[in-house]
Amino acid sequence: MSELLIRNGFVFDPLQGIKGDRMDIGIKGGKIVETSALNNPKTIDAAGMTVMAGGVDIHSHVVGPKVNVGRLFRPEDKLFKSPHKRCSRMEMGSSVPSTFKTGYDYARMGYVFVNEAAMPPLHSPHVHEEIRDTPIIDNAAMPVFGNNWFTLEYLKNNEIENNAAYTAWLLRATRGFGIKVVNPGGSEAWGWGLNCLHIHDPVPYFDITPAEIVKGLIETNERLGLPHSVHLHCNNLGNPGNYTDTLDSLRLAEGYTPKNDFGREQVMHVTHLQFHAYGGDSWKNVESRTKEIMDYVNAHDNITVDMGQVTLDETTTMTADGPFEYHLRAGNNLKWANVDVELETAAGVVPYIYSPKIKASTVQWAVGLELALLAKDPMRIFLTTDHPNAGPFTRYPQVIAWLMSRAARDETMKTFKWLDRTIDATSIDSIDRELTLYEIAQMTRAGPARALGVSNMYGGLAPGMDADIAVYALNPGDMPSDPAGIEKAFSRCAWLVKDGVVTVRDGEVVSEPAKRTVWVDVKVPENAQVQRDIYEHFLRHYSVKLDNYSLFEEHLHNSRVIEVDTT
Amino acid sequence: MKTVTLTLTNPSELLLEGQNITPDNFAGKKTAEIAALDVWEGKQKSPLGKYFTIAGDGGATAAETKIVLLGDCTRVKRIGQQMTAGEIVIEGNADMYIGGWMKGGKVHVKGNVDSFCGIGMEGGELIVDGKAGCHLGSSPRGEWRGMKGGLIRVAGSVGSDTATFINGGTIIIGGAADIHVSTHGEGGTVVIKGDAKGRVGGQMVKGDIYVYGTIENPLPGFKMVGEVEQEVDGEIALFAHHIGDLGERHPVSKGKTVYANLYTRL
Repeated sequence: MSELLIRNGFVFDPLQGIKGDRMDIGIKGGKIVETSALNNPKTIDAAGMTVMAGGVDIHSHVVGPKVNVGRLFRPEDKLFKSPHKRCSRMEMGSSVPSTFKTGYDYARMGYVFVNEAAMPPLHSPHVHEEIRDTPIIDNAAMPVFGNNWFTLEYLKNNEIENNAAYTAWLLRATRGFGIKVVNPGGSEAWGWGLNCLHIHDPVPYFDITPAEIVKGLIETNERLGLPHSVHLHCNNLGNPGNYTDTLDSLRLAEGYTPKNDFGREQVMHVTHLQFHAYGGDSWKNVESRTKEIMDYVNAHDNITVDMGQVTLDETTTMTADGPFEYHLRAGNNLKWANVDVELETAAGVVPYIYSPKIKASTVQWAVGLELALLAKDPMRIFLTTDHPNAGPFTRYPQVIAWLMSRAARDETMKTFKWLDRTIDATSIDSIDRELTLYEIAQMTRAGPARALGVSNMYGGLAPGMDADIAVYALNPGDMPSDPAGIEKAFSRCAWLVKDGVVTVRDGEVVSEPAKRTVWVDVKVPENAQVQRDIYEHFLRHYSVKLDNYSLFEEHLHNSRVIEVDTT
Repeated sequence: MKTVTLTLTNPSELLLEGQNITPDNFAGKKTAEIAALDVWEGKQKSPLGKYFTIAGDGGATAAETKIVLLGDCTRVKRIGQQMTAGEIVIEGNADMYIGGWMKGGKVHVKGNVDSFCGIGMEGGELIVDGKAGCHLGSSPRGEWRGMKGGLIRVAGSVGSDTATFINGGTIIIGGAADIHVSTHGEGGTVVIKGDAKGRVGGQMVKGDIYVYGTIENPLPGFKMVGEVEQEVDGEIALFAHHIGDLGERHPVSKGKTVYANLYTRL
């Protein structure tokens, strides 16, 4: 068994409360061990450098059909961005990179776990095939439930037990990780050309409201005791004045407490909160309402959120929120794709340019940063760009620089065409807070790992955990005065050790350790009613047969199953 | 201005990807350094000197460098791609993507060129004495921001899909044009001195097209609004003025809707 010793680095591990102490980390057999357990290790000298656990991304669209639609219909995203470089597979694209580039770039930034944010259950084989082709990083994928006919019918009749049995079946059928909810009810209403903008708008035909769907799914999730909580993309995304709807959605978690064996402390994760924190009633008078939102989040321990930070790039938006993408394309007149996935979900893809010359974009930029800077507990707010919706994940290092440095924010704000109006509409200019490396470690590793319920394996450096360790060329005692230095250090880590194998050295990928697919297998009592419902629905409504629907074993790559027993 | 002469003495078996043949890449380099620049034949990378005999040094800057290509370059692609200044003269035919994404300078092809020449052009001049293939001055695949500036002049006829998504600049075609001219156009000017086959200005929002010959299948989205005298390429002529494409969205400027203009010679 290969042994490694990472010596003398400044270690940040929020799961153990280690705040930049100079420590050695021992690695043996792909796991972290006490240094005393090593016999004759190879040594990595991390003196003067920052040592953290490998990064964990809680919400990113990296694999699956809509990502591939983005790749297919944006060939220009690859133009002159396919460098002839030394690596084992071709890297190309920027906002929708190829699977290989996705894996390599996450590894170069020191990330080891990425949670695919939305898996259409019907297309789970495609998701898993792309997971297999995405090197290095471990992946999980969340099937979408918020517009699923089974779920809507069970929750309408308040049959939580049946919905739990169905959820367990679907997680197994798709090798899924948790319950994703996208625009609950709204994407289904889109089948009728309608939407659910508010949580009490009834879904046509099903006669259930988004509020009932979310509460029902929280109850389902806690009855099953899944590692992750309900992962919610709220109604009314991206519209000025939507913060009241967001607050209504956040309040749905009131009264629920987490029940699980995985150390998870929230019952609801609200994703890309930046898109849900707008005041005003049009893009002309849009304003930041982060204060109201974060006051609520700060005061309620059973909620976690992620940022969805706008990075001011040209990107490709893609979401299972079909109606939103349709309305977005009406705004910029670019090419678009929209699709309905049978009984389950919908999706849309539209290219989008966030520009420092456009006030709407710069207000969105400020809103995202305000959320993180107003947060009291960085263990409950995570760094994301909702890749690629608000910006490509490759811009995380820039986001870290903005969070850690007021000077970095000021420098970016100097490029804004409507700086005064942006400052008037937001509170970013009045915030001087600069996050510390410890807080960044909370937002990018420890926090997301705990919220996903995988903090026994990922996101920390305690003995027994996976030996996923990122070393950044940053000296906490002598931080670079130029924020560009912070960005540079986080863009290309000095070392990444994944499962005990040196994977990245000086920012270049040097090996490809086997990646894993993480999924959740829930045992539930046999439920004849649900089995009959599934059989009936497939007979009547699905275009595929039940026998062909579940993922075949050969699609599942290097499985790491998390077992949950509710019987 | 210094001149570098490239003579194709050892033609490649496959098509040659010659994107390094630009004044920008040759500037400040001696003959031997130029011969060492990369070209791709299929997936194989080789030095330029394997295929070409090279004489002369590059100038101090791109603007002071002139490249002359001799021999049959019918299978050499991407000459002058992304060039910003200087001059290239191709004494015979050339393949695809000649002068693609040009920002400045001048490319003069004395023979014919294949498809995708002058695509994504932002400035400079591309002169073709012979014919051109499809997608002349068009936008790259998938891109909605097409030709932004510069001048393309083709003496002979051109293939289909000329000037797709054109945003600015001028394309002057001496001969006939195949289907699809200025599709999705949002600016710029296309002049066709011969006949046009059809689908001229489809989904065009803004910009001008002049057709001297006949349009075999005119689009119903264009409406004649009058007759005008216009100066085009140095000569004054009488044209029928059509506006369109009426099936498409159109911007409003100073309270007036902006349409694309299609002029056919009377």
